[in-house]
Amino acid sequence: MALSDKDRIFTNLYGLQDWRLPAAQRRGNWDGTAGFLEKGRDWIIEEMKSSGLRGRGGAGFPTGMKWSFMPKQASERPHYLVVNADESEPGTCKDRDIIRHDPHTLIEGCLIAGFAMGAHAGYIYIRGEYYNESRVLDAAIDEAYAAGLLGKNAAGSGWDFDLYVHRGAGAYICGEETALIESLEGKKGMPRLKPPFPAAVGLYGCPTTVNNVETIAVVPTVLRRGAAWFAGFGRPKNSGTKIFCIQGHVNKPCNVEEEMSIPMRELIERHAGGVRGGWDNLMCVIPGGSSTPLLPKHICDDVLMDFDALREHKSGLGTAGVIVMDKSTDIVRAIARLSRFYKHESCGQCTPCREGMGWVSRMMDRMVQGRAEIEEIDVLEEVTRRIEGHTICALADGGVWPVQGLIRHYRPVMEERIAAYKAAHATPPMPMAAE
Amino acid sequence: MAKVTVDGIEVEVPNGATVLQACEAAGKEIPRFCYHERLSVAGNCRMCLVEVEKAPKPVASCAYPVADGMVVKTDSPVVRNARRGVMEFLLINHPLDCPICDQGGECDLQDQAVGYGMDHSRYREAKRAVKDKYVGPLIKTIMTRCIQCTRCVRFAAEVAGVPELGATGRGESMEIGTYVEKALTTELSGNLIDICPVGALTSRPYAFVARPWELRKTESIDVQDATGTNIRIDTRGPEVLRILPRINEDVNEEWMADRGRFSFDGLKRKRLDRPWIRVNGGLRQASWPEAFAAIAGKLKGMRGERIGAIAGDLVEAESLFALKALMAKLGSENLDCRTDGAAIDVTRPDFYRFNTTIAGIEEADALLIIGSNPRTEAPVINARIRKRWVAGRFPVGRIGPAGIDLTYGHEHLGEGPEAIRALLDGSHPFMEVLKTAKRPMVLLGRGALMRADGLAVLAAAWEVARQADALREDWHGFNLLHLFGGQVGALALGFLPGAGGQDIGQMLGGGADALWLLGADGVDPATIPAGTFVIYQGHHGDRIAGHADVILPGAAYTEKDGTWLNTEGRVQRGHLAVYPPGEAREDWRIIRAASEALGATLPFDSLAALRDAMALEQGLERRFAADATGPAGDPAAMSGAAFVLPLANYHQADVIARASDVMAQCAATYAAPVPVAAE
Repeated sequence: MALSDKDRIFTNLYGLQDWRLPAAQRRGNWDGTAGFLEKGRDWIIEEMKSSGLRGRGGAGFPTGMKWSFMPKQASERPHYLVVNADESEPGTCKDRDIIRHDPHTLIEGCLIAGFAMGAHAGYIYIRGEYYNESRVLDAAIDEAYAAGLLGKNAAGSGWDFDLYVHRGAGAYICGEETALIESLEGKKGMPRLKPPFPAAVGLYGCPTTVNNVETIAVVPTVLRRGAAWFAGFGRPKNSGTKIFCIQGHVNKPCNVEEEMSIPMRELIERHAGGVRGGWDNLMCVIPGGSSTPLLPKHICDDVLMDFDALREHKSGLGTAGVIVMDKSTDIVRAIARLSRFYKHESCGQCTPCREGMGWVSRMMDRMVQGRAEIEEIDVLEEVTRRIEGHTICALADGGVWPVQGLIRHYRPVMEERIAAYKAAHATPPMPMAAE
Repeated sequence: MAKVTVDGIEVEVPNGATVLQACEAAGKEIPRFCYHERLSVAGNCRMCLVEVEKAPKPVASCAYPVADGMVVKTDSPVVRNARRGVMEFLLINHPLDCPICDQGGECDLQDQAVGYGMDHSRYREAKRAVKDKYVGPLIKTIMTRCIQCTRCVRFAAEVAGVPELGATGRGESMEIGTYVEKALTTELSGNLIDICPVGALTSRPYAFVARPWELRKTESIDVQDATGTNIRIDTRGPEVLRILPRINEDVNEEWMADRGRFSFDGLKRKRLDRPWIRVNGGLRQASWPEAFAAIAGKLKGMRGERIGAIAGDLVEAESLFALKALMAKLGSENLDCRTDGAAIDVTRPDFYRFNTTIAGIEEADALLIIGSNPRTEAPVINARIRKRWVAGRFPVGRIGPAGIDLTYGHEHLGEGPEAIRALLDGSHPFMEVLKTAKRPMVLLGRGALMRADGLAVLAAAWEVARQADALREDWHGFNLLHLFGGQVGALALGFLPGAGGQDIGQMLGGGADALWLLGADGVDPATIPAGTFVIYQGHHGDRIAGHADVILPGAAYTEKDGTWLNTEGRVQRGHLAVYPPGEAREDWRIIRAASEALGATLPFDSLAALRDAMALEQGLERRFAADATGPAGDPAAMSGAAFVLPLANYHQADVIARASDVMAQCAATYAAPVPVAAE
């Protein structure tokens, strides 16, 4: 049972209609926004909690709970809302479509979320490469200001709220919330130590909440249609709808908003036209953006697309960037390419990540050729274990999980390759002179 | 207080302490690279990971705050594995060039690799190499050895106050440097060498000179500024090879200024290593008996009031005391130690001391600097002022030349005495700042007293402190910042004109027929009247030595057991690290021997006896202002002339530094750039 059109939150995800304010208002955006604000902070946070919305940026932290960490009483330090639009995870392009085709869902969400956490200012940190999207977002914000939906007495709610767009400069690590805050402050994007958490000491040392674009953009609709409606989709604790980005060896790559906990096979076959060459040609799927370990076909056959089901299989929903690979894929080479990406994007702060990513990447490059020893697969595995969990942020974890997934599911392929290389490069035995 | 259990040992640490501090309280050693007590926490080396119960991952103990009831494990399999992992990662790209690395033997990485590392490497790929950077004439960089702990970056930005170092690049390509290559503009750059845990930043003058285990270590005091920095002199045989700071929380914490650290090569150049006497207008080498005979020949029979003694800036208390005693025996009251002409009132010790004390700066809540640039006059004290400023709510005002970067924000109140007048008559708002402060400080530079109206300036500065209510029984906010290590000792011992005695101006103005210059390098030879018999006793053949009739080769501060008083009046002792070169001797022995030749034998023949007679207790008892009566001098008599800073050239401010090649290079590097006109 697929998500019906009436239950879609992002009704202009494909840009079939205009993104501008009048069209957005016709689609229902900005309807009764002031009314939600009238009901108060606690009501909004309670609604978010009971909707079961979990952060859409990858970690899946319950949004309502995150908002409730913000100090209740405003001190002399202002509160800030920061929206993470630094969508850099390979395989993910959902925020991009939200911003360019449905920006008013995000802007309205910013006002509501800002109010719920006592913030009078919000910053949208958008990936530098999203130049056109930032132009759209700027224009949409200008429209909102002109229409009185932002600024003083935003949307007639009595709450003052200003929204700013800041463009990043092209570093993956700036999508990590504390690195994003550092970058927003004008410093080098390097993750901060936690604690203190941003809700206590964040942007400019003030209480800050960083949320993903999709998380914020679904908020107005959740409030409009009720937490129960949203919680009705998906399995318990994995509720709601979600934009999946399906790409790779599928017939029709696409972004699609679907119900959580949809079976992976149904998702791929219904919306992406199925795997190239049929389901049986499937080799594996990376279910949640490049950081999540791949799943071989036998798991993909019946796995559900939600946080908990994928975690059971030692993978994760991540950002729901579904990368499909058929049997033509050189899987070792594919993962080696990801390792090179993480080596390049490590900020260089923590020793294990700075030094280890290069090591892993170089070993993976040799594994692609098979120019290694069988035992080195164990060394590689152990190196990834020594990187994982020993760093300030999760980039290192995300960087080694694909390799761990590869070794977990495709170790025979790696061994075969090493054996083949050895056979091809075996030194011929020294000819012996006859006695 | 929070109760924390570390490996089964229960300890109580204050709330807000870190897990690392709790572990140390429990006596557990936690390895670390990036963590440094005096710098901000970076938490990036990951060497100090420990296991905290209920935490999902090992935590960086240097950054993780304790909580009541926390259970910490520092030696579990998880922790051991994490440490081994970090150690392995650090070493894969670290060159194994310990045999040719100057840090070898005192390297944190080496030590911890032995303690926590593996015995072999599993790394089979190519190692990283990084281009070396130029950061000045004092620091040698071998950036391939860098482990990116960022201690140097944090030191430069936080302690030295020159945010010139940083990291460029990302991941493996991350490099420490100044981006646009330049010499670091700090007088504390040598400390980067100490805080670097590996051999990436090493001492350029010390490169490939020695191994730490070959060195004999002697504790002493730096005399090249008035901070009284506690130092360790490392020697091999007859040579001083390097000088390092020792920790003294009350004085220098663990920092040291560059001039004191790097100018010791001047101790090997231009030295006076044998006595000389002037014969027929020319100097000729002599033996000690000949030199003493020459002195005795002149001085015996001369009336005491025609003999004068002038002491220099680096002299230790013992020889000052001995020379003063000798002069008394010869019937002379003509003593002076103010070769720079500073007008100093010694009627009460708190008129010429840094009464707030150096550690006391951290208690102050407002500061007025008059006629001083502490950044060059006492870099370590300046770092302490900056530390206080960084802590916040510390307004600083300064009267003196405009356009000086003190490394902390301050308000420039004016260039000369008119600004002090404006404070005194209340027309300048900064007076209100000082008055509202609970513990205001006035820091008067010695340079501000080196002028004809010096006494008036001194009195005016005191009056500012009095009006600001800085002179109380629980707080003394009047401070005089001296320039060199021997200056306060001479004042404290009263090496000044006695009753009816002449001061330096009168002595040089024809009041003396014989002058005994004890390390008085600051005296301009041109001011000595022709025909005056000049005895120069000192260690360097600086400009004044060439004008002497008898040269007595003395010992530099590294070559004698001596007592020095720093600008606070703190009495500290240094020890002999190497023997004086050639025929040179410790200064008090020379004076003692001369006294015998003069027939005025001094009553002590050992250092112990001399020190008993001198009666200077080591240490410093903090005294407060019981009496707000000011020094002699009329604030109204101040002229309008702007203050001039005393040290034109930080790197060549004293006789040792002037003989030093390293300091000459620094002076050339840091000379003010020639301004270029716009096209």
